Amino acid sequence: MALIETKGLTAFYRDFQALFGVDIAVDAGETIAIIGANGAGKTTLMRSISGVLANEPGAILHNNEPIGALPAPDVLARGIAMVPEGRKLFPSLTVEENLLVGGYGRKAQGQWTLESLYALFPVLKERRQSPATALSGGQQQMVAIGRALMSNPSVLLCDEISLGLAPAVVRTIYAAFPRIRASGASIVIVEQDIGQALKVSDRIYCMMEGRITLSGHSSELGHEEIHKAYFGAERHELA
Amino acid sequence: MNWLDTIVQGVLLGGLYALFAAGLSLVFGIMRLVNLAHGDLIVLAAFVILALVTTLGVSPFVGALMAAPLMFAAGWALQYFLLNRTLGKDILPPLLVTFGLSIVIQNGLLEGFSADSRRVSAGSLESASIALGPVNAGIMPLMTFLSAVAVIVCLNQLIYRTAVGRAFRATSDDPVTAGLMGIRPQRIFALATGLAMVVVTIAALYLGTRANFEPTSGPARLIYAFEAIIIGGLGSLWGTLAGGVILGIAQTVGAAINPEWQILTGHLAFLLVLLFKPRGLFPRAVD
Ligand SMILES: Nc1ncnc2c1ncn2[C@@H]1O[C@H](COP(=O)(O)OP(=O)(O)OP(=O)(O)O)[C@@H](O)[C@H]1O
Ligand SMILES: [Mg+2]
Repeated sequence: MALIETKGLTAFYRDFQALFGVDIAVDAGETIAIIGANGAGKTTLMRSISGVLANEPGAILHNNEPIGALPAPDVLARGIAMVPEGRKLFPSLTVEENLLVGGYGRKAQGQWTLESLYALFPVLKERRQSPATALSGGQQQMVAIGRALMSNPSVLLCDEISLGLAPAVVRTIYAAFPRIRASGASIVIVEQDIGQALKVSDRIYCMMEGRITLSGHSSELGHEEIHKAYFGAERHELA
Repeated sequence: MNWLDTIVQGVLLGGLYALFAAGLSLVFGIMRLVNLAHGDLIVLAAFVILALVTTLGVSPFVGALMAAPLMFAAGWALQYFLLNRTLGKDILPPLLVTFGLSIVIQNGLLEGFSADSRRVSAGSLESASIALGPVNAGIMPLMTFLSAVAVIVCLNQLIYRTAVGRAFRATSDDPVTAGLMGIRPQRIFALATGLAMVVVTIAALYLGTRANFEPTSGPARLIYAFEAIIIGGLGSLWGTLAGGVILGIAQTVGAAINPEWQILTGHLAFLLVLLFKPRGLFPRAVD
């Protein structure tokens, strides 16, 4: 039985349909990557799972229980935390306060505390009293990841953590993921960089125009297959 | 005229205005809600204290202590069940609803307590005073000012030193992302308005014991509260105290020159600050 499952998930922004029956499954301890071009619906999928967008109750299952209609705080209480696209740090809070607020709604025992996060990202300890938005982009992304980890989640959703960051900075951030995996959490990573996605994940889903166009084990998928699922058949033929 | 005495009285009066303003400032800071019924809620709390004092025979201080949890509950429910529904991108609905609420409260009080002018008696404390150097300060004005300082210290501790305070600030920044942290903005807003009503009760204690009040006294209190907040600069409670003090001094100095000028000089001071420092004297760094 999967830890998280979506079943025929649809999502709308008013009249506009962004997801057309998405089925994905995430097992305990697994790292999943979701790839797809701009506007494919990756963020919409993340926002649906995390409870920011309300859906049909049965469209999203956690431990086989319907959570599709739960609001975000209830989803978090079940151990599903999100690093939102664009980081969304709280500008009125210091770095340390941003981390602390991540543990507001769920006081679960686990390996992540202020101390262990400062060990994971030492630079944050130096900057702990700075306003969060005074940090560099990469450091801000570390705060956003740390903030989500403060609730000691069993599922960590990460939406485009490499967005707008230099390659070296992206490498430092992904270097933390083996230790996050080691905590036992399942991880769902939305990533536009296909190479990065294949490297970090066990399995991969490719999305296009609100649908899953390809899924499989990261080590087994061929480049051409992915390219086709990512850009669509016509673009592929042109290319 | 004794200048020093006039200024001290003005400073102490500023404490009362800061108390009027602190709750309004808290609510605005967290949910960008301008509560036009704030003054009427102060007057309502004064009537609640009056009713407790007259029916139970307790002192006004005990009355305020008993009124505080009632007002907290009323504020919580008001926010949770009514005002939360008005919050959104459009700033007009909360203004309209709280304006209506102001009228409802005034008429409710007229119905329940008549239009008579009332006062809550604080007994011998009313005329007691102590010498502060060369100046005689009334005990009640002094207590008002110290209460204002205490309220601001407590609110600042709460906002900047506790988990709930972090939730207040996070919600004020971004309620959707706050939800991802397990914060329920609707409840945070209700809690903030509940707390504001506790401050309102403290303000009402001093309003009711120091001066006469009637059901229609609210809007004038609202004006002083607004002026204190704007003079001080949005977002800073100490700024609000400074704003109250400036307003208080302007009024007592005006009154010392000509008793008819008290109200006018207060408003003039407000306009002058607005003219030269449109964002107030101590605005929060950047918004
Ligand atoms: N708030 C919104 N209102 C209306 N339409 C939206 C909204 N957010 C997203 N959309 C639309 O929904 C579709 C899916 O958007 P989504 O943000 O989920 O894509 P994405 O895969 O995350 O893209 P990106 O790689 O650019 O982040 C797009 O067509 C987008 O224009
Ligand atoms: Mg996206």
